[in-house]
Order: sequence, then C-alpha cells, then structure tokens
Amino acid sequence: MEINIQPLVPEIIMAVLALLLLLLELFVRRKETVGLLCIASVTVAAYYMPQSFGKAFGGMFISDGYSVFFKFLFFINLILTVLLSIRYIVIERVNHGEYYALMMLSTLGMMIMASAGDLIVLYLGLELMALSTYILAGFIRHDIRSNEAALKYFLLGAFSSAILLYGITMIYGRTGTTGIALIGAALAEGTVDPVLLLSVTALLVALGFKIALAPFHMWAPDAYEGAPTSVTAFMSVGPKAAGFAALGRVFLTGFGPLTGEWSVILIVLSVLTMAVGNILAIQQQNIKRMLAYSSVAHAGYAVIGVIAAGAEGLSSMMNYLFIYALMNIGAFAVVITLRSEGFQGESLHDYKGLSRTHPVAAAVMLVFMFSLTGIPPTAGFIGKFYIFKAAVAAGYAWLAVVAVVFSVISAFFYLRVVMYMYMHEPEGEPLTLSLSPAIGLALLITTVMVLIVGIYPSPFLAFARIAAG
Amino acid sequence: MVELFFGYLAGAVVVLSLLVVFSRNAVHSVLWMLLMFLHMAGLYLLLNAEFLAATQVIVYAGAILVLFLFVIMLLNITEEMRLEQFTVGWPMGVSVSLGVLIAMLAALSGFRTDLKGPWSIEAVERTTHTKALGKVLYTEYMLPFEIASLVLLVAIVGAVYLAKKRLR
Amino acid sequence: MVPLHWYLWLGSVVFAIGMFGFLTKRNVIIMLLSIELMLNGVNISLVALSHYMQDLRGQILVFFIIVVAAAEAAIGLAIVIALFRNKATAHVDEITGMKG
Repeated sequence: MEINIQPLVPEIIMAVLALLLLLLELFVRRKETVGLLCIASVTVAAYYMPQSFGKAFGGMFISDGYSVFFKFLFFINLILTVLLSIRYIVIERVNHGEYYALMMLSTLGMMIMASAGDLIVLYLGLELMALSTYILAGFIRHDIRSNEAALKYFLLGAFSSAILLYGITMIYGRTGTTGIALIGAALAEGTVDPVLLLSVTALLVALGFKIALAPFHMWAPDAYEGAPTSVTAFMSVGPKAAGFAALGRVFLTGFGPLTGEWSVILIVLSVLTMAVGNILAIQQQNIKRMLAYSSVAHAGYAVIGVIAAGAEGLSSMMNYLFIYALMNIGAFAVVITLRSEGFQGESLHDYKGLSRTHPVAAAVMLVFMFSLTGIPPTAGFIGKFYIFKAAVAAGYAWLAVVAVVFSVISAFFYLRVVMYMYMHEPEGEPLTLSLSPAIGLALLITTVMVLIVGIYPSPFLAFARIAAG
Repeated sequence: MVELFFGYLAGAVVVLSLLVVFSRNAVHSVLWMLLMFLHMAGLYLLLNAEFLAATQVIVYAGAILVLFLFVIMLLNITEEMRLEQFTVGWPMGVSVSLGVLIAMLAALSGFRTDLKGPWSIEAVERTTHTKALGKVLYTEYMLPFEIASLVLLVAIVGAVYLAKKRLR
Repeated sequence: MVPLHWYLWLGSVVFAIGMFGFLTKRNVIIMLLSIELMLNGVNISLVALSHYMQDLRGQILVFFIIVVAAAEAAIGLAIVIALFRNKATAHVDEITGMKG
C-alpha cells in the first residue's frame, strides 16, 4: 500500500514539535522561551500548509480549502492565546512548559477534526483536542475554581462523546461505513428510517455539546469562568470552531441528503441558543461569565450559516467564526491585563472609570464591545451581515429577523461595559494593568484586524468564499 | 443453545449495570462493574471477537477499574453511605433517560442488515481473529492508530501534571 | 441464532442505564463509572453489528474506544484528585463555587 503523507505534513510538524517542546521544557529555565518556540513551531507548520492539499489514507484525511481555512483559524487562535498567556501564567504561578505543549496538541486535535474524512478519525481528533483542553482548564491546580471548571468540562465532555459514539455506531450499522463521503453516497439512494434519525439526533446533540448550543450549554459558563482566563480565550474559540468544522463537514457532506430533517432541529437549537445566551448574559456581574454567555449566543448566530447551507452559508459561517475569534480573544486580552498579583479584576465594577485611568485600554475594549454587538464599522458587523444575507438567500428571512432582534438585546450588556468605562467615576484603588510586550502585540493584532476587516472586508471575504468551494 | 447463553449473559449485564448505578458505596459499584465487564467479555466471545474479549478483561477490568479503586481508596470517602445518593434533579434524569431508552428500543426493533463485508466467520477463522484485526488496524486504520498514541500521551502528561503535589 | 436487534437492544439498555446514572448520581466516581457503562453499551452494539455485517471496522472502533476510555479515566480521576486536595468532596452538587 502506498502512503502519501504530503497532506499531513503540517500535522506531523505540529506533533513532532509539540513533543520536542515537551522535552525541551525540562532543560529551559525561562518558560517564556517555550512560549516563543511554540509560536515559531506554529509558523513552521503554517508555512507548509499551502502545499498540503490532497487526500491521504484512502480519504480518511482530507486537506482542502475548507480544512485549510479552519487550520489557519486554529493557528491564529493558538498564537494569540500564547501571547496572552506568557505573562498571565506567571501571575497565576503556574508557569510550566507543559502548558504550551498541551495547547499545541489540542490545536493538533482541532486540525485533525477539520480534516477528518472518516468518523473514527473525527472521534479521535475530538478526543485529542478535548482531553488536552480539560487539562488546560484545570491548569491552576491549586485553585479550586480551576479544578471545578475542569471537572464540569470533563464530565459533560465525556458524556457528549459517549453520545457521539452512539450516533457513529448507528450510522455504521445503517450504512456499513464510517467514511463521511461514503455515508453521503449511501444515504443518497435510501429512505429515511428511525435508526437514521436516531443517529442524526445523537450526532447533533454531541456536537451541540461541543459548540455549546442551548440546551447543551450548561457546562460553558462554569468552565469558562473557572478556567485560567487565557485558556478561556483559547477554548471559547478553538474547540468551538473545530466543532463547527466537524458540524459543517458531517452534516453537509455525510447527512446532506437529510438536510430537511436536521435543519429543523438546528433552527430550534439556534433560536434557543441566541435567546439563552443573550438573555442570561444581561444579569452577569463577572465579565468572564458574561463573555461565556456571549460566546454561547455567538454560536447561535454562526449555526445559521450551517442551516443556510451551500457555499454561501458555509462561507458566512467560516467568516463569522474568524471574526468572532479575533474580537473574542481581543476582549479576553483586555480582561487579562486587569488581572495582577492579588487582584482578580473579573467584576464588571472593576471597569468603572477605566477611560480616565487607562484611556487606551478602554478604547480598545470599546472596539471589541462594539464588534461583539455588531456595530459598524467593526468586523462584527460584517460577520453578522453576511450570516443574515445567507439566511435570507436560503429562504430563512424570519430567522435573520430573530437574530437581529437578539443582536439588539445583546447591545444592552456589551454597551453596559462601555458605559461603565466611560460614564462612571473610577472607584477604589487605582488599577494597575499587567502589560507585557506580548499582550500588547496581541491587542494590537486583534484591534487592527477587527477594524481592517470592518472597513475593507472584500479580500478576506473572498478568501472564505474560495475556501468554502 | 446460543440463545440460552445470550439470555444469561444479557440478563446478568443488565442487572449488574443497575447494581453499579444503584450502589451507595463507590467500591461496591466498581466491583459490580468488574463482574459486568466479565459478562460483557462473554458476549464478545459469543460474537467471535476473542481478541476484544481479552482486551476487555485486561484493559477495562485490569487497568481502568484498578485505577478507579485506587483513587477511591486514596480519597477515602467514608461518610458516603449515610448520605443521599441522588441529586435533587433526579426526576428529570429519569425521564430523559427513559425517553431516550424508549426511542432507541423503538427505532432498533427488527433492525437487520443485508450488508456483508469480506470478513465472514470462516475468513476470520482462517487468519485468526487477532491477525485479522491487526491486518485491518495497521493498514487501513494506520492514521487513527497514530492519533490514539497521541491521546495516550496527553493522558499521561495530564494525569501526572494534575495529580502531582504542588512544588513551591 | 440470536437476532441482531437483541444485541442492539441490550446495548441501548446499558447505554440508557449509564445515562441515568450520569444524570442522577451525586458521587463523581460513580458518574465516571456511568460514562464507562454508556461506552460499553456502544461497544456491544458495535461488536454485534461488526459480526453480523462480517466487517471488522466496528471492532476496530471498539479497540479505539477502549484506548480513549483508559485515557479519559486517567484524566478524570486526576481532576478528581486535584479537586479533592483543595476541597474534600466527591459530590457534584456541593461543587458550586460558581453560580448564575
């Protein structure tokens, strides 16, 4: 059997370099170096990406425009969160090199998920991603909140993967294969029967857990609040985007012939997710928890892209996730700068009067809050606009209207942060921001990207459009 | 005859699974689980999957359950027996799982398959089960096999990191 | 000859019992055991399907599930130990540092 590993080169590089980092960590005293090496490794893997197109292992591994787009998203997620982490994990007193190696392995799992052409590969990639993320969520092992976050994330994650496996089993029994494209071919001629519906529902529920769609979101607020903030930024973007990558591939390719059945369920979940995420975010006083609910709500918007289906729907979903990654990590970067020795900086009240004491930080946060709401000329507006456009084009105009209504509701809690920063007097002790060159760079990249994509989106949109095929 | 064996093993598996869930003492749960795994291995033998039956006993019963027992002993949860064993939200749990069960039983009733792959009982017998499984695993399923090795690596790193005492 | 759907029924029953345990038990260790039960329900269905379809792929998946179950158990128990060091409880409903 001839083995063509060309499409796997970026993954192999990631795996080898992650293992090297794990070893190197023993000898390097300054763990910051490990973080920088991690970024360098990702750059090497990204360099080999454009030459990786093709299929390997009999179609089990597919490297196409769709997967490459997601892999770039994962790389940006990894680079930005590493930049946020370098100073932060020193403050939390967990400055260990394993942190960066686990982030790389988790990203590798996401890459495998995005490229999976077979449900078995998808499952193993998902487990690689999830197991690494559970550990990262509990990385501050002396902090009970971090332990709790890891435990809740783990329990619900393991539960959902059992459901995923049940779904895979049923579809295997029904079609005799686990290849996603082969499933699509087998279903094209057959009829809908209960076993098939059982399998579709199980896969939908399991992936719903991963991307935190209501009512399967209950782990998200606790896991996001308790996890180290840098890890929250990482896992509110990476695993979610990977879940979307899997959702898009499995449901549009594998279950394509059943679109009528699953899109009904997905529409209900989408509306419920937007409602729960946006309404519960209003009453939060902890900014991490508020952003957790906001991240639940954003999954609800992005799912509309999958419901709309076709190249346009898919590319609007990919766009949205990319923009969401930038603005969400940016917002978490500001949250991290407020954390310093002996000061949590997680309450909304800590933002009162930030514009007086730290005008630049407040201005940057303003940009991200506007973008998360979807106010032009920020990237968030572009993301939402194309999602709604795809929904209208696919005949779901009412769904777009519902989403707009919920966006308006979301303005309430996003702009409350802005109001606290600009219209309140500073309270208590003056804040000291823990800034470092790395975090400054991350803030610069995210702010500039959010503004550029907001003002001049066409090259970026074209990229997603080509990638979606 | 086979039906009789199936009846015994299946009945035992269901009863033992219920005992796992309804035990107050976590140690008892683990021990019922051990018996359940052994009966499950018996079912695998009925289905001509000798290698998996052996793996089931060695890995599940031999490694995973010992790990569970070890942790229970380490934590030494003694007051357990006197406490309420179910959460307050149990009616919800019961109705969800019952609903799921009914849906699954209904969907699967009379399920049969006409698909026939190349590995008939005779073919597996000719090559032996372990060898046949190995052939498929190391050719067609090479990639998942490699990913599984990384999953195990992450588990080692993570378990050591999380369970280690804090060094100051 | 035992019909295929008997095995699948058995798998569903074990899966549902595991789900019931996961959703109702307070003890984290038993919740983890319940997840193992669910996985066993999946495994028996896969082995049965694989046998009746004369195809080894189902059994390969079982092999991978056992591998991942071992990894999951190791990490889950490590998290329980880390939590227990900071707070001596194994009950999920007492682990409520965060609310809202």
